[in-house]
Amino acid sequence: MTRLFASLRIALRALTVNKMRSALTMLGIIIGVGAVIAMIAVGSGAKKRIAEQIASMGSNLLIVMSGSSTSGGLRGGMGTVPTLTVDDAKAIQAEIPGVKYVAPNLGGVAQVIFGNQNWSTIVNGTTPEVLEIRDWPLSSGRPFTQQDVDGAAKVCLLGKTVVENLFGGIDPSGQVIRIKSVPFTVLGVLSSKGQSTWGQDQDDVIFVPLRTAQKRLFGMQFPGMVKQIAVQAREPELMKDVESQINDLLRQRHHIQPAQDNDFNVRNLTEVMASAEQSANVMSLLLGAIASISLIVGGIGIMNIMLVSVTERTREIGIRIAVGAKGNDILFQFLIESLVLSLIGGIIGIGVGVAGTVVLAAFTQWPTLFSTQAILLAFLFSGSVGVFFGFYPARKASLLNPIEALRYE
Amino acid sequence: MDSVIQVRDLVKVYSLGEVEVQALRSVSLSVGRGEFVAIMGASGSGKSTFMNILGFLDRPTSGQYLLEGIDGQNLSMDELAEIRNRKIGFVFQGFNLLSRTSALENVELPLVYAGAPTAKRKEMAQRALSEVNLKGREHHHPSQLSGGEQQRVAIARALVNQPSILLADEPTGNLDSKTSVEIMSIFQRLNQEKGITIIMITHEPDIAAFAKRNILFRDGGIVDDHKNSVPAAAASGGGLK
Repeated sequence: MTRLFASLRIALRALTVNKMRSALTMLGIIIGVGAVIAMIAVGSGAKKRIAEQIASMGSNLLIVMSGSSTSGGLRGGMGTVPTLTVDDAKAIQAEIPGVKYVAPNLGGVAQVIFGNQNWSTIVNGTTPEVLEIRDWPLSSGRPFTQQDVDGAAKVCLLGKTVVENLFGGIDPSGQVIRIKSVPFTVLGVLSSKGQSTWGQDQDDVIFVPLRTAQKRLFGMQFPGMVKQIAVQAREPELMKDVESQINDLLRQRHHIQPAQDNDFNVRNLTEVMASAEQSANVMSLLLGAIASISLIVGGIGIMNIMLVSVTERTREIGIRIAVGAKGNDILFQFLIESLVLSLIGGIIGIGVGVAGTVVLAAFTQWPTLFSTQAILLAFLFSGSVGVFFGFYPARKASLLNPIEALRYE
Repeated sequence: MDSVIQVRDLVKVYSLGEVEVQALRSVSLSVGRGEFVAIMGASGSGKSTFMNILGFLDRPTSGQYLLEGIDGQNLSMDELAEIRNRKIGFVFQGFNLLSRTSALENVELPLVYAGAPTAKRKEMAQRALSEVNLKGREHHHPSQLSGGEQQRVAIARALVNQPSILLADEPTGNLDSKTSVEIMSIFQRLNQEKGITIIMITHEPDIAAFAKRNILFRDGGIVDDHKNSVPAAAASGGGLK
C-alpha cells in the first residue's frame, strides 16, 4: 500500500516536471472525452425529441384512411374519395373489444376570417374523443360535446398558431370567426404541441363537430362520409390484433370480395415512429463511434509520450532497479503516470464536453440531453484508454536491463 | 574469519554476435566481514563485470557466487531485486542520483522499495545523511550540491538499509583529489567504526592505498592480491602523493 502510494507520488511529480508536455498529451484525451460527451448528448437529445413527438401524436394510434375507389375504370388515389362512414366508426367502437376510443374525421383546408384578419388552415370535423386519443388538453375554454356533434353546432376549437394569426392578443373565447363564410363560435383554445416528426406545425388546426363539417363545410358531395377514422387501442400489445380486426370488419361491411383490394387503408403510426426512433438510435451510435475514434487517437498520443518518457528516464529506471525496485514497481510507476494523465484529461474533457454541448445547443437550437451514465462511461473509457495505451511503455520500462540502463547517457 | 563474499571459479562470457568475449576466466575470491577491498585493473580487465555479478545485477555464465551464503543463480529478477535492496549498497562513479528530487528523498529510495512506512523512512534517511556529514542539506536538490556532496548523498543512500556490503564503482572518478580524500575518509570511518564491508573499484593506485586489501585484475583474472600492512589514513591529513 505504501509502495502504491509512493508510486502515485512519483508519477504526479514526473507529470508536473514536464507541464507543457503533460498538458498537450492530456489535450488528446480532453478532446476525445469532450467529443464523446457532446455527441452522446446530441444523439440522446434527438431520441428524446422523437419520444416526445410520439407522445404528442397519441399512443397506440391506428389511422384508418379512405382508400382508392374504382368506379367506371377510373382509379382514384388513396383518400381522394371518402369510402368510410360514421357508421364504420361506430361499428369499430362497438365490435372490436381492444378499441378504447374512435374518432372519425372529415377535414380539409379552409379560409378563416376574424375581423379584418384571415388565415388558411386545416379544419377537422371530428368527435370529442379526438382530444383523448391525441392526449391534447385545452389551454383555455371548454371542448365541444357529443350534443354539439349531434346537433351540428357551429362551434370550434382553435390551435395556437391559428389564434396567433387571427387574434393579436385578444382572448378568442366566445368570439365568432367565419370558416368558409359560416360563422362559428370559439369554445376554447388547444394547448401547443409543436412540430410533428415530419416538420408539420400541429398547432395550425381548427376542430369543429363532425356533423357540422359534413353539413356546412366539406360533406356536400358525399353525405355521411368521413375521410379518416382515428382508433386508439387499449394496450400497445393489442395494436396488431386491432389492426387485423378492423381490416376484417371493414371488408365485411364494405362487401369486398376475397380477390378485391381494400377500399381503405389501416396505418399503424406507432410503427412509423418506432422506425424513426431506430434511425435516431443508429445516428447516436454513429456519432458516439466517431467521437470514440478521437479518444483512441488521444490514447495513442499518451503511448507516444510515455515511450519518449521511458527512453529519457532510462537512467532513472536503472537506479531504481539497482536499489531494489521490482519489475512491478516500475510497471506501476509508469502505468499510474499514464492513468493519471488520462483521468485528469477525462475530468477536464467532461467539463469541455458539457460546455461545448451547451454552446452548440445555443447556436443550433438542437435538442441535447446529458445522462450521468454517458458521462461516467466516457470517464471510465478514458481511464481504460490510459491503462491500455500506457501498458506497453510501462512494461518496456519494467523489463530494462539495469546494467545497460545505468550506463545509458 | 566470517566470509561475506565467496566466489569460486567464476566465468562470464559475453557473446557479441558471433564473437565470444571472455570477460571473466575462473575467478576465485573470498572477502571477510569488515574488509575494505580495492579492485584495480585496466579497462577491459573484467573488474566491472565482476562488480556487476557481486551486485546481483548480472549472472555468471558458470561458477558460484555466494553473498552471506545466498546463491543468486536460481533466483528470479524480483528475488534478486529484494537481495539488492536489503544486502547491497551501490555507489557509482556518476553519483546516479535522481535529479529534481531532494537529497532526503534520494536517500529514502531503497526504503520505498523495502516498503517502509513514511515516518520511519524519513527518520532513517536523516540518520544516514548525518553519518556522511550532510545534516542541514536534506532538502537540497542534486543540482544545488557539489560533486563531493552528491557522492556523499549517494553513500548515504547505499547505507540507509544497513546492507552487508558496500559496492563502489570508481567512487572518486568524477571528483578532484581533495574531495576524493574526503570520500575515502568517510569510507575508512564507516569501515573502522561500523565494520561495514566495502569493495571498491578504482584505477588510481593512490585511492587503492586507502584500502586494507588490493586486488589486481588483468584479462579477466586476478593477478595480484595483497594486504596493505599500513593503509594510508585519509582522515589524519594523509593526502594523495
